[in-house]
Amino acid sequence: MEKILVLTHVDETGTALTKASLEAVTAGVELAAQLSASLTIGVIGSAGALDAVAATGARLLAVSGEAFAQARYASDAAACEALCRAAEATIVLAPGTSRLTRVAAGVAHRLGGFIDTHITALKGAEAIEATRWFYRQRVEAVVSRDARPWFLLLDAGTHTAFTGEAATAQVEQVAVELPAMRTTVSGVRAPAQDAQTIRPDAKMLFVTGAGWTKKQPDGQIHADVAGELILNFLRLTGSSLGSSKSLVDQGGEGVPVLPFLTHMNQIGQTGATPRHAKGLSTCCHGEEPHVVGWRFIGDRRAISLDPNCGWSRGKADVVYIADAFQVMAKVNELLEAKKA
Amino acid sequence: MANALHIVVCAGIVPDPLQTLEPVTGPAGPGLKNEMVLPAVLDPWAASGLYEAAALAAKNPGSKVWLVSLGPKAKLQQVMMTVAQKVVFELVAIDGPIGGFPDAHSTAAVLAETIVAIPGLDRTKLLLFGGWESATRGAGVTLQLVGERLGITDQFQGVDEIVLREDGSFEVLERVEGGKHQVSVCAGAPAVLGWATGNLAEPRNNPQVGMANMRTIMPALQKAKPAKLEANGLRYVQVSLPKQQRDTRVVKDMSPDDIAAELVAWMGAE
Repeated sequence: MEKILVLTHVDETGTALTKASLEAVTAGVELAAQLSASLTIGVIGSAGALDAVAATGARLLAVSGEAFAQARYASDAAACEALCRAAEATIVLAPGTSRLTRVAAGVAHRLGGFIDTHITALKGAEAIEATRWFYRQRVEAVVSRDARPWFLLLDAGTHTAFTGEAATAQVEQVAVELPAMRTTVSGVRAPAQDAQTIRPDAKMLFVTGAGWTKKQPDGQIHADVAGELILNFLRLTGSSLGSSKSLVDQGGEGVPVLPFLTHMNQIGQTGATPRHAKGLSTCCHGEEPHVVGWRFIGDRRAISLDPNCGWSRGKADVVYIADAFQVMAKVNELLEAKKA
Repeated sequence: MANALHIVVCAGIVPDPLQTLEPVTGPAGPGLKNEMVLPAVLDPWAASGLYEAAALAAKNPGSKVWLVSLGPKAKLQQVMMTVAQKVVFELVAIDGPIGGFPDAHSTAAVLAETIVAIPGLDRTKLLLFGGWESATRGAGVTLQLVGERLGITDQFQGVDEIVLREDGSFEVLERVEGGKHQVSVCAGAPAVLGWATGNLAEPRNNPQVGMANMRTIMPALQKAKPAKLEANGLRYVQVSLPKQQRDTRVVKDMSPDDIAAELVAWMGAE
């Protein structure tokens, strides 16, 4: 019989599980039911965080203490290894968060196991089959492994977050022998609240392309106007901002174009592949390297001057052949009026 | 020479992003149609790692950069003709299969074995660089597995910046959720850094650097050891292209005002 362990961790409050962890719990509950397997949930951080998943009826394990307050390879890998050994897990499910992605492969190696990441779907009856993407979301594959333990890191947003009645959980504390720590986490560097343009929980992704900084019909570049239109739109809608590589690179080359863009905004082949219900692309060609980052965007619209752009060839649901400067100015006006 | 570093960059080769990819399944498992003739480039995030490595080495006299790359010799040679002109490095080539479908654990084992055997490499000075994910398998595990095999327990992924200090310690910025960076300070080498984009632009081609590099690249390619990658029980049940075609409505004759109104209504709809 398979023994499933769901590895989780607490959020920045230190007292609650992350949303991605709760999604992994749902996956664990579902897979355990399909395989008639046992289920254990382990947490790095406060044992009290497991109250939220007490309703699963799973065995609950925790690694707690000052050393585990920091997301760091040496301590987190030791914690995960201890949890896996305590659970005697054959299948380990974990959320693909930066914290667990940093260590899961190393832990799999320590346990003589194997790992597959970016899992978007799981099914199992006789054998577990996991779906993931290759070539930056351009080829989809279903994989299976006989070797155990098998670690599966789940992409965020692929399962609903577990919701059950919270109860006081009976949690077993797991002891960890830590190696000497050579790394200290000194904090998180984030843009000021009003300057943060990457919003993973936003309903909509707004993507800007290099066209925003090209010469306009009057023969001039209007990067300042473009910046204002874009930031106003983000302020009014709470959208998350993405960008094509070419536009971000212009900023890196010292050209004062859209100063609020960084490589972290980049969507596509060499950027992120976020999940949002809707996406609006502006001044971007919609060629394959851009669009691979749109794989998990539900409803897609684009504004482009080029009727033959990539978006019009089956990559967007609606393409408006128009000047994005004019359209976005009007959109902002309407949104302002609606807000008032 | 206090901060002389030995930087090993692991970087594979990947199809040029503009190429159309079509999966096919052969006797050896899945692959890409015409994979050997598709134009290839150095894996983009690993390439960021290479450029950062070269910049770091240039600032710290006595440092050296090795580029460890696994792929078919002919394809490696083709890609190196371009890469060699960017920055100074010594190539360590491994003659192996191309593509994202071979098992990451096998790849990591071969890479670790090769790194250990690099003549003159001082592992106390080692910074192991690479991309935090490849553009082929995109799993983000190979570098971590190589690090574990080399016994390195200070690992950083999604790195955008490293600042080396006088005492050999360094500050490192790793990408975390929500467009933020986690800031850590590590006591020094050895460490693993899986690079995201970093802060450096792609260096311009420099024919002189290319000439110098090619003197070591050709011999490295000639003596590249063949590597067979075990499947480790990894089985592909299905490999396919996604159904990505949408029935696009192209709107050509609508005024900006009307488009804006339609967009605002769309945004507000559930």
